[in-house]
Amino acid sequence: MYKYNDFDHAFVRTRVAEFRDQVDRRLSGSLTEEEFKPLRLKNGLYLQLHAYMLRVAVPYGTLNSRQMRQLAMIAEKWDKGYGHFTTRQNIQYNWPKLKDVPDILDALADVSMHAIQTSGNCIRNVTADHFAGAARDEIEDARITAELLRQWSTDHPEFQYLPRKFKIAVTGSPNDRAVTRAHDIGLRAIKDSEGSAGYEVLIGGGLGRTPMIGKVVRGFLPKEDLLPYIEAILRVYNLSGRRDNKYKARIKILVHETGIEELRAEIEKEFLTRKAEFPGINPELLQAIEQDFAAPIFNKLSVDNHVARVAHDKEFREWVKNNVARHKIPEYAIVTVSLKPVGGTPGDATAEQMRVMADLAETYTHDELRVSHEQNIVLPHVPKAYLPKVYDELKKAGLATPNLGLLSDIIACPGMDYCSLATARSIPIAQDIAKRFDHLQLERDIGALKIKISGCINACGHHHVGHIGILGLDKAGVENYQITLGGNATEDAHIGSRVGPGFSAEELVPALERLLKSYLQLRESPEETFYKCYNRLGMDPFKEALYPHLKPKQIKRDRA
Amino acid sequence: MARKFLPKVITSNHLLEGDVIYFSTDGEWVRNISQAAVFLDPETAHRKLDEADLQRNIHVGAYLADALLDDEGKPKPVHFRERFRTLGPSNYFHGKQAGN
Repeated sequence: MYKYNDFDHAFVRTRVAEFRDQVDRRLSGSLTEEEFKPLRLKNGLYLQLHAYMLRVAVPYGTLNSRQMRQLAMIAEKWDKGYGHFTTRQNIQYNWPKLKDVPDILDALADVSMHAIQTSGNCIRNVTADHFAGAARDEIEDARITAELLRQWSTDHPEFQYLPRKFKIAVTGSPNDRAVTRAHDIGLRAIKDSEGSAGYEVLIGGGLGRTPMIGKVVRGFLPKEDLLPYIEAILRVYNLSGRRDNKYKARIKILVHETGIEELRAEIEKEFLTRKAEFPGINPELLQAIEQDFAAPIFNKLSVDNHVARVAHDKEFREWVKNNVARHKIPEYAIVTVSLKPVGGTPGDATAEQMRVMADLAETYTHDELRVSHEQNIVLPHVPKAYLPKVYDELKKAGLATPNLGLLSDIIACPGMDYCSLATARSIPIAQDIAKRFDHLQLERDIGALKIKISGCINACGHHHVGHIGILGLDKAGVENYQITLGGNATEDAHIGSRVGPGFSAEELVPALERLLKSYLQLRESPEETFYKCYNRLGMDPFKEALYPHLKPKQIKRDRA
Repeated sequence: MARKFLPKVITSNHLLEGDVIYFSTDGEWVRNISQAAVFLDPETAHRKLDEADLQRNIHVGAYLADALLDDEGKPKPVHFRERFRTLGPSNYFHGKQAGN
């Protein structure tokens, strides 16, 4: 776990005091909204459809139990008793009052948290593999790199006014659970042929209105060169990124328009300058970070009671099968707590549920929790001996839905239920899909499936990389939903293809039902997932299922 | 052909609470669209918007929204976004629909 030093504590407190003064000045009329808006956004405070929204940074999704309890307290004291965990591994509060926000920020500072750089054209909260430090496939703990980048990027004077926001994701495993290929910079820990540790560096990935998969800018970057190289990328982007058009200002457009070869040459040239000036990472600082993220002392308890429970309890077995992943220590497991109950809001947890998860983390799982970009909570180090107890407690709190990686484990942005940018609602669509397929009892049969829903083209719901992506739009004053198929968010990242004309909210779930029933007919075996089946057969049979009344030419024309 | 002018209300968000508010016939800000002033011609609508805009220490981001009149002559939202703003979110009974 990261630890604030005296400087960090003082910095965050100073920022809170500064914001408190800014709020007072806004309320007294000394600051206009035009003057105040960029200041509140610098502190994560948006004005949304019905209320203010405060976005709190959870550094690379890592929390301890004390922090989770504080998030629960904030939800109860200043909000409506719940919080929304996001695809950026953050938490958002949907109902704070402006005058209360400085107090909320002070409460966050009490537990070494803040809302700085969760908005604006700066380097945002660095995200990482939510299984970091626990995954069996990992080369190294991605949080060490993420923490180094967090310290480097926080209030970095050169990069506070970039052409546009900038997102960095880190994975320490070859199996990419951090969507690194859809970030401005993606870092993948690798080793070179001699076994030295470093990174593959990707740039120019991103979703939004112009989705692009990141390109490799450096095949192998030695670890010690990380900061000067990242600075070189940021400097080239800061100087050359487009500021004339907000929609073309992300680094992906610079990569696209300049070409990766030319941009790489510029970055490498800048890197040489930066490296010459760079004194190197303070080894004491790096050592301190590594110590902060040292693995806990793993107690190898007997797994007999776990094995016995699996043998006789079908529900528990189902939950273990879906929500429990292999840990690097055989006697341990990684538990993902689903925040996707059937009919619930993806990513929402009540204050009480947050406390249950905090208690479990403190009692059984080395005091660690993670927020996943898939809007669930991870207990990364659970002794298998405690799995039955953890399951029982989660179940009592409505947190044991055994649906990880299945149809109802849907990513959905807040959509037009909250977001002022949205063009349609996302949450009711996710709820309707989950409820319908629960009614049909088809989820288990369908198996692995990633459905991702965005309520506008900004794609916070990652719809481009869903096996089934759903994009909500405003079509002549009516909510309308476009479907994309074949997206992939992993190391084999791929942008899905739009199938045809959109569906009304009422038409959408029946269309998905036709699509997935068709998949069940088309697959070669239950082992052939929807994604594999789509890749084998291509779009046509699925298009026919979605549009049974349209001729192929008509679909093509309507798509245009 | 010029688009037919639809009646307008002036709407914004309250500075302190962020809640959706409407400009009333008395020049006050009210919480319920049914109490909003309705403007039937573009000139008056824009003149009143300028007037409302002066009260920037009460609200944030005033704009004109299309409205229809119900049987009692009270304004109702036209676009679904504006309808949601009169209610609150659909996933919880929060916001205006819950009386807060």
